[in-house]
Amino acid sequence: MVKSSQDRIFNVVTVVILVLCGASAVFPLLYVLSVSVTPFSEVLKNGGFILIPRSVTLDAYHKLLTDSGLPRAFGVTVLVTAIGTVLNLVVTALTAYPLSRRKLPGRSFFLMAIVFTLLFNGGIIPTYLVVKELGLLNSIWAMILPNLVWSFNVLIMKSFYESLPEELFESARIDGAREFRILWTIVAPLSVPVTLTIGLFYTVGHWNEFFQAIMYVSDRMLFPLQVIVREILIQTQQPLENAENMTPTETLQMASVILASLPIIIVYPFLQKHFTKGMLLGSIKG
Amino acid sequence: MEMPIAAQPRAEQPRRLASFFGSAWRFRAFYVMLLPGLIYYVLFKYLPMYGVIIAFKDFNMSSGILHSAWAHPWNKHFLTFLHSPYFSQLLTNTVLISVYKLLFGMVPPIAMALLLNECRVKWFRSLIQTLTYMPHFLSWVIIYGILLALLSQSSGLVNQWIKDIGGETIPFLTSTSYFRSILVSSEIWQNLGWGAIIYLAAIAGIDPTLYEAARADGAGRLRMIWHVTLPGIRTVIIMLFILNLGHLLDAGFEQIYIMYNIQVYPVADILDTWVFRTGLQQLNFSLASAVGLFKAAIGLVLVLGSNRIARIWGEGIW
Repeated sequence: MVKSSQDRIFNVVTVVILVLCGASAVFPLLYVLSVSVTPFSEVLKNGGFILIPRSVTLDAYHKLLTDSGLPRAFGVTVLVTAIGTVLNLVVTALTAYPLSRRKLPGRSFFLMAIVFTLLFNGGIIPTYLVVKELGLLNSIWAMILPNLVWSFNVLIMKSFYESLPEELFESARIDGAREFRILWTIVAPLSVPVTLTIGLFYTVGHWNEFFQAIMYVSDRMLFPLQVIVREILIQTQQPLENAENMTPTETLQMASVILASLPIIIVYPFLQKHFTKGMLLGSIKG
Repeated sequence: MEMPIAAQPRAEQPRRLASFFGSAWRFRAFYVMLLPGLIYYVLFKYLPMYGVIIAFKDFNMSSGILHSAWAHPWNKHFLTFLHSPYFSQLLTNTVLISVYKLLFGMVPPIAMALLLNECRVKWFRSLIQTLTYMPHFLSWVIIYGILLALLSQSSGLVNQWIKDIGGETIPFLTSTSYFRSILVSSEIWQNLGWGAIIYLAAIAGIDPTLYEAARADGAGRLRMIWHVTLPGIRTVIIMLFILNLGHLLDAGFEQIYIMYNIQVYPVADILDTWVFRTGLQQLNFSLASAVGLFKAAIGLVLVLGSNRIARIWGEGIW
């Protein structure tokens, strides 16, 4: 077929629309970045924020890092993310592995019990009361334990384990290996890719943790990052005064947005492949 | 030493119970592994399901779930909700926001997948993918921050432009006429690239000979999209649509809770946000649980129904 001019137009239109989509994904964050580094003097001069400031200041970042709840919240979130992800993965694997053994007595009962929780739940109030009765309110465990295992991830892990060849287990058992040993020394190394993918989703989940924090945590010292950033965002904006060296509320707010999203934005491009794989794993099962 | 686990299939015995426990014993290591997961499910999933009985009680903190008195009549809290002015408002908001998200959110990822598929320059394609997948990983708090930067009345970029051309600034984030559109469009923005992944996978599964045949018939690229690609992913499109219908009552608690404010409650307050405020802020646990149960019960019917439809429909196709 001859490459027609129609074909060329088609290509150009495709590329233009895709560029617009790509730009629309990035532009808002770039603008947020620009606001966060705009000195107050420029705001006054221009009568507001503009796309590209002529000079740059890191005052807002300095102020947030030295004189706000943000560094502490950062610490809380890092702690919750680290402990949480490890526990998530361990318990998810320990739950999925036995369920992948087709001969396990009671297997279908356990599977049904897990799938049912995807269909029906007690709701936020009864769950809150359980967390309260367990004495978990106002502890970092309240942000980890109530969501320890995502049923969906159990199903993904389970179907991965099922795909491992049976001979693998047979030979190990003949050697007299115990089940925990088989899981740790044979199965775990083989499941590094799927574990990594699932671990990434758990990690992002913890980093973006908001819901459980507002439900179960009222102690300010334990507020995670997202809760503190939202607090900063809903501060009423102070009227702009003519003090050259003050930092406008908007600048502080946008600096906090950049700080909170920075780790994800930095790490994400390198791990994108694994995320995409996880999405497909999930959708095949779903 | 432990018995080999994957032993021969057990012979059929009259004493089935004994044989059940016999084989269960051989699997004991697996049950030990299951233990932490089981404890989790019992404590945080099944205990709350039992806890919904407070929807039928007059719960008070000091008596706890077990010892609080039963409500009289048993459906008192449900009646209170049904007769309250909130009922229709919450249900309308929840369903409307969901339906808008479903309808308007459907096409953009499909279009995105088609465009990416038509793009033949590999590095460009993966660059666009990387960029457009990114918003999916940003939290709603971050996205709210972005919206403030763009839309706030005092200093948002859009209002800055409006001011520059001499117009009146618009309170986008606190106005009932814009709020739902903002919810829907911010979700579309977040999901544009990520939602395309599944369609791209479906497109990759289309038989390439179909394209060759179409090309031999002299079809241009637009025609091939219309006659080959779209029919090829139709199943996935309809399937996702049906499955999403099952979540009609989840309009997106976290997003709305983070973005809304008292001025937009009339258009933004959904079942979940109301349950949260009524239960945890006004401490009306029984009423909030009743509404939560109402939502969960309808949700169960919707999910089961939509899965059933998807399955019947799917069998018709495959």
